[in-house]
Amino acid sequence: MPEVVLETRNLVKHFPITRGIVFQSKVGAVHAVDGVNLTLHKGETLGVVGESGCGKSTLAKLLVGLERPTSGQIIVNGVDTSTLTGEQMRRSRRDIQMVLQDPYTSLNPRMTVGDIIGEPFEVHPDVVPKAERRARVREMLDLVGLNPDHINRYPHQFSGGQRQRIGIARAIALKPKIIVCDEPVSALDVSIQAQVINLLEQLQSEFGLSYIFIAHDLSVVRHIADRVAVMYLGKVVEFGGDTEIYDRPTHPYTQALLSAVPVPDPTLRGHRDQIVLEGDVPSPADPPSGCRFRTRCWKAQEICATEEPALVERPTSDHPSACHFAALRDVVHSVE
Amino acid sequence: MANTTIPSQPGVDLVPGADPTAQLLAVRNLHVEFRTTAGVAHAVNGVDLTLDAGETLAVLGESGCGKSVTAQAIMGILDTPPGYITQGEVRYRGVDLLKLNEDDRRRVRGRQIAMIFQDALSALNPVFSVGFQLAEQFRVHAGLSRAEAKKRAIEQLDLVKIPAAKQRINDYPHQFSGGMRQRVMIAMALSLNPDILIADEPTTALDVTVQAQIMRLLAELQAERNMGLILITHDMGVVADVADRISVMYAGRVVEEAPVHDIYASPSHPYTKALLESIPRLDRKGQELSVIRGLPPSLTNIPAGCAFHPRCRYVQDVCRTDPTPPEYQVDQGRHSRCHFWKEVLGRA
Repeated sequence: MPEVVLETRNLVKHFPITRGIVFQSKVGAVHAVDGVNLTLHKGETLGVVGESGCGKSTLAKLLVGLERPTSGQIIVNGVDTSTLTGEQMRRSRRDIQMVLQDPYTSLNPRMTVGDIIGEPFEVHPDVVPKAERRARVREMLDLVGLNPDHINRYPHQFSGGQRQRIGIARAIALKPKIIVCDEPVSALDVSIQAQVINLLEQLQSEFGLSYIFIAHDLSVVRHIADRVAVMYLGKVVEFGGDTEIYDRPTHPYTQALLSAVPVPDPTLRGHRDQIVLEGDVPSPADPPSGCRFRTRCWKAQEICATEEPALVERPTSDHPSACHFAALRDVVHSVE
Repeated sequence: MANTTIPSQPGVDLVPGADPTAQLLAVRNLHVEFRTTAGVAHAVNGVDLTLDAGETLAVLGESGCGKSVTAQAIMGILDTPPGYITQGEVRYRGVDLLKLNEDDRRRVRGRQIAMIFQDALSALNPVFSVGFQLAEQFRVHAGLSRAEAKKRAIEQLDLVKIPAAKQRINDYPHQFSGGMRQRVMIAMALSLNPDILIADEPTTALDVTVQAQIMRLLAELQAERNMGLILITHDMGVVADVADRISVMYAGRVVEEAPVHDIYASPSHPYTKALLESIPRLDRKGQELSVIRGLPPSLTNIPAGCAFHPRCRYVQDVCRTDPTPPEYQVDQGRHSRCHFWKEVLGRA
């Protein structure tokens, strides 16, 4: 197994719900991320999937240091980031960068592409000497498949796919070891998605990057990820290698999620094992006791309300699954 | 559902001159352009579509291909200016809706042809309760009293399986979750028993588990009413699950039209083929995805000849010059606007 570059230990993020304006009192908390343990190895892609509100974007922000965890640890290259001083933290951020979802709002419309991609060099001035920065930016543009002569253009002069390439160029400018991609292709058209996914894969093999790939599109994650974590209401409910999750899911939520994904093959219509969940995701401000999925689960019994199932390997599951009644159910039928 | 004012089988007699035996919907040679300060954008350039009762037609395409504008033109809700329908006809049971006056048109809209939109939060009015918005059409179109209209609104919410409809009728759109809001929109669209429903990306903003719920609901309601459904989407997965026929649009034209099984098994237009090859699939661990190079064309400057030629791997000189490729008949009910459809199919 290659070295571990990123690890989270029992990571928790609660957002307080307050009442009052001057004398604020805390009346509750949104349990956005609630005890997440993940490891990321060098050169690997770890996919994080789940529905909106499951805490996957909060997890991304915690990993890159945009939010401070309520408790728990984030260990980057063997160093616990909570022990770092401001200056050390800044240095550590060079190793972990982010690609954001919406290429229309994540690029400053009043900055040229050269300034956008060059900004990391101003924040970290010792990486590249001033005189060479421009050349470096051109190099980055070329690397992500854009014309280096467009360095003085503004974001609005580019299409969505090209803008996402600019976002990727900005993320790799400091030669990071880890990139957290938060829904990097969901805002793009189908014919453009493939271009960006292929670019991410090509950069990964070229620079040995490790990706945390957050997405709600399970098909995209299957394509790119080596291992997959399935999140529900702030917790990882199932964790395993790509084939373990997709071909041998044992958690009911994973099974329902996978079975809901439409497959572009009309011959499978009516022949797929489709599990349609009732209701909506409960509010993370008031998650159900015990297993958080029990309110929508067809297997739920008394124990599910009283005892929270741990994310461990079980006799009926060859990979960690947080369900008392974990059992294999083939919902995808992979084809070669 | 007891019903005196609204005929259960929607009345074609409401549209003057409508012929109940004529095809439900036939769009012919539709052209729409947007006259902007930056030039004229040719959003729709000769679209032909047909729809029968009980049938699901999927209109598939990327953003900017003209699929939503086509829907707006059929529905008669195109913003004019800047949008203008310059040519073509939209025949509902034989009557060209584009030639109706605004009063007649308004009677058709919502009654015979209804539409649901992608983003329910912005499609619903935030300052009125959903009950009021639902009841409004019963009052306006069917002339029911307030109390009667409210009763009907509750029935509609029940129909789309919103729990505790009686209480929720007084809630405002922001108090509903995304999936529930979409149900409200479906309830609203179906309340006058239309015989054509246009769904413009109805599940794009929703999570997959909710998407499955909504698509199942739509299919049930459609079957119950023998309604024609036009599903506008870019998701080839959703299409495979529900459509009977598919029209693939590119740069304002239908480039391929075929029954759903044929299109997935053997696409006859290079664009469709490339799209199918470029999507990652849940049931496959892929190699490198094949890529459609380049970008969709700008609508103010559509390439001469076949609009797809700059991105096409089958391109030859004939593709680069006008006129655009005609509709080649591939099979019964199958058309392709590609000079080389035989090569694409592998029949050459």
